Amino acid sequence: MGEKMKIKILGTGCPNCIELEKRTREAIKELGRKSEIEKITDIAKILSYGVMSTPALVVDEKVIFSGRVPSTKDIKKMLKGI
Amino acid sequence: MDLFYPLQAFVDWLIYGVLELSSDTMLGGAVNFFIFDSIKILILLAVIIFSISYIRTYLSPEKIRNILSRRFEFLGNMTASSIGIFTPFCSCSAVPLFIGFVESGVPLGVTFSYLIAAPLINEVAAALLWGMFGWQIALLYVASGWLISVFAGYILGKMKLEKYVEDYVWKIKMKNSQKQGKKNFRERSGEAISETKSIIKKVFPYVLIGIAIGALIHGYAPENLLAEIAGKGNLLAVPIAVLIGVPLYSNAAGVIPIVSSLMEKGLPLGTALAFMMSVVALSLPEMIILRKVLKIKLLAIYVAIVALAIIFTGYLFNLIL
Repeated sequence: MGEKMKIKILGTGCPNCIELEKRTREAIKELGRKSEIEKITDIAKILSYGVMSTPALVVDEKVIFSGRVPSTKDIKKMLKGI
Repeated sequence: MDLFYPLQAFVDWLIYGVLELSSDTMLGGAVNFFIFDSIKILILLAVIIFSISYIRTYLSPEKIRNILSRRFEFLGNMTASSIGIFTPFCSCSAVPLFIGFVESGVPLGVTFSYLIAAPLINEVAAALLWGMFGWQIALLYVASGWLISVFAGYILGKMKLEKYVEDYVWKIKMKNSQKQGKKNFRERSGEAISETKSIIKKVFPYVLIGIAIGALIHGYAPENLLAEIAGKGNLLAVPIAVLIGVPLYSNAAGVIPIVSSLMEKGLPLGTALAFMMSVVALSLPEMIILRKVLKIKLLAIYVAIVALAIIFTGYLFNLIL
């Protein structure tokens, strides 16, 4: 705990991606964790993660999920273990 | 027996018994129609979206890509269109999907079959058609959408259009996707339920508005309003219906209930179906997004072939039904 999570939101800027960023920020805040959130909109970069369906969430270079926008509660659950 | 008979009995009891509206008045009939249709469509939407979302948890784009890169033409087009039924995708995913498919060796025509089927065969539209026209029409819609994607993709593949794909697409190298872990039944249904909730929340207001407008047309518009101007005799009606559908993208939910009432006023089924397909399959934002990977010429050919296939389907159903 206490270590900074490096979070990346992969997406081309559609409403789903914006929603995912919002929920991720909420989840981080509720967990009380420190993090650095970066938005990746470059297609080649998105594909370099092996992700084809956006939006996707990457934490510390690991793809957590792609192609959906889970609820804040679910995002919290997924981030808890990291 | 009609599956929804118990619901109709309940709504009848509620409107005529509890609220004491008369079934003979326009108001009683309209309120009954509105409440029964809304509940019925809500149930169908929930069941269909849940089933599709559940199946989709087995079909990640990465898996689809692996399946399709091993298929060849025609069989590949058929597989791609079938998968497209279960994977409605956010149009913003079109570009990474397109590049990911092409990069891994999925033939261009097969990629197009998928890109056409995914938005064209739309689960919300299928649920609404089932609710308002019966399962036969819903099935007809899915089957003809499938055929359109297979053949349009096949023709596009035969035309050897690779040179009209933007050059940078061929240069991108994709990393193999990271394994996202196996999911159990609870996780899959959890995902499907949250997906169902978010889709219904998004489309249901449009459905209600659509049903309300539909109810007004049902009650007040003159009979045979459209039989004269948009009937089977008018060959221009189908292409015009397809054109009107283009700017109405993403509003299939609101459009279908209105179309349903227009059919009572003489709009033929083929024209109505072509119109609805154009609403879901041809959208300006998606074209703008696809422009990032397709040169203008290919984009134009793509749109033209899909539009022609839809128009052809419209004529066909007007002719045989």
